[in-house]
Formats: sequence, structure tokens, C-alpha cells
Amino acid sequence: MEKFAPVKRSEDGQPVRYLIVDDSVFARKNLARMVETFGGQVIGEAGDGVSAISEYDRLMPDIVLMDITMPQMEGIEAAEKIVRDHPSARIVMVSSVGYQENIVAALQRGARHFVQKPVKPEVLYEVIKYVMRDDGTTTRGAGAGA
Amino acid sequence: MRMDLIQPFINSADAVLAQGLESPISIENLSMEEEAYRRKGIAAEVSLTGEIEGRIIFDVDLGTAVQLASRLAGVEVSETNDDLVREAVCELANQIIGNSVTTLNDQGFHFRVHPPTLHTSEQGSKSSEDTEALVMCFNTASGNVFMNVALRHHCRRALEHAAVAG
Repeated sequence: MEKFAPVKRSEDGQPVRYLIVDDSVFARKNLARMVETFGGQVIGEAGDGVSAISEYDRLMPDIVLMDITMPQMEGIEAAEKIVRDHPSARIVMVSSVGYQENIVAALQRGARHFVQKPVKPEVLYEVIKYVMRDDGTTTRGAGAGA
Repeated sequence: MRMDLIQPFINSADAVLAQGLESPISIENLSMEEEAYRRKGIAAEVSLTGEIEGRIIFDVDLGTAVQLASRLAGVEVSETNDDLVREAVCELANQIIGNSVTTLNDQGFHFRVHPPTLHTSEQGSKSSEDTEALVMCFNTASGNVFMNVALRHHCRRALEHAAVAG
């Protein structure tokens, strides 16, 4: 996997902390591997929207990577509920279902960005930098990146 | 079966498999299913409801599934790691079908896609007159991948949706 310049929190220089939400364990592991190459730290995982909300409240991650099609509660509804309670939550939807209506619905309900599966690491990296823009820094010279 | 409903699945399987496996793929075979569906190996089923209704089964034999899982995970996955291999097949199905659904929705078809489930029974229902099944076989560097698509278009629901939309 490519090397990327680590994205750190600008406030304390610590790794960006991620909550990964996807009903597929395989997808969660792949995303975790990817964000670790960005210098990130996975602090929690959830397999559905309901657990995502409770895990967010418990862990207060810097970024949530959220699937859309999940059992119990879908990702867009979970994102809306999280943002209602935590307006500064940074939620990036990561889904294979990327039609316009879905993307608009996700953004209207508080998601910051949308990445379509299969995820290209260089695309996710740019999105993470964009979403963290005011609160994140990249360490130059640590890798070529995207 | 309407080819405009099928083409996005072919394009999407081609794109997702080629990207994930980092090698070109080809369509080995494409045929209408005459008999009831018979599972070949590890199979994930995704159902659609709405203007387009039906199911898609993504099916690979165990050896191919292990190779696919290893390529996609970037690490060697053992045949004994059943859960991870099954998860990989489901996730691949999810990505291929999700990308096809995206194209169909952007073309104006409105329907809902449900999370993939493992198809465990040996045999499925036989095609009917209004829901024919098309079987596609994709040849990849890791082995053959089968996709069985049985969909029908509900004209009445499409008209209702158009009326509601204004």
C-alpha cells in the first residue's frame, strides 16, 4: 500500500482518531488498514447505525467513516442523529451506493463528504485532509502521498 | 430481460473486479438460466425492492473466494478462515451491486438495495416468465466469478413515482 504523509490533529499533533462503521467486518478491516497508512488511529468500530451512535457518544472520534446500507439503522439516519447531538461531528459516508439522491440526502443530514466504494486510498486521503482542513496538519516529507 | 437493466451490472463487475484484483477480466459466458439456480460455492445475495425488484446472487467456488479475499485484503487469507472469506465475497457483491444500483438510479430507476446476505441453500427458485434470470461468468486471474441476476421492472410503480415527483 502507498505511503502517505501522516495527517495529525493540529491542536496537539496527535493521530486523527477514527470510528469505522460498516456491517462488513472485511470492509472495516480494509478501511482500518487504509487509515493507518495515513497515520490515523482506529479507536472503535461498529456494524450498524445504532451502535455507531452509542460508540460516537462514548469515544468522540475525530472522524467517522460511515457505510450507508446497514441492518437496524442505515448510515444516513445514524449520521443525522449524531450530528444533531454533536454539530461538529465529521462524518464521511463510504458506500458503494453513490447515486446523486443518496449523496445529497447524506450531505443535507450532516455528513461532510462522500466516498464511493471500492475506496481508492488516494481519494480517501484527500477527503480526510479536506475534512480535517482547519483541525489537521500533514507532516511533509514523510511520504509521497497522493 | 431488459438489457438496459443488465448492462450496469456487467460494467460494474468489470470495473470493480479489475480494480480490486489489479488485473483485466473478461466475460466468459452469458446465458439465460433454464433451470433452478444451483449454488456453486460461497454465494452472497442482494435483493432489490421498488421500481426494480428481484435479486442478484454473486457466487464463487471456495478456492476462488480464498484467492479473491487474499487479493482484496492484501494479506494471505487461509481457507480455514471461513468468516473472512465469506465476508470478502459479501463485500465484493456489495460493491459491484452498489455501483450498478448507482448507475440505474442516476438513469431514473428508483428502488432500494438491501444489505447482502449469505445464500446458504443449495438451490434457488426457478426463473419465471416475468422474472428471468441471466447468468454471467467473469473470468478473473483468481478464477471464475458468477453473477446470477433476476430482475423485473414494475411499470406501475415507476408511473406512481413519476406522479408523486410531479
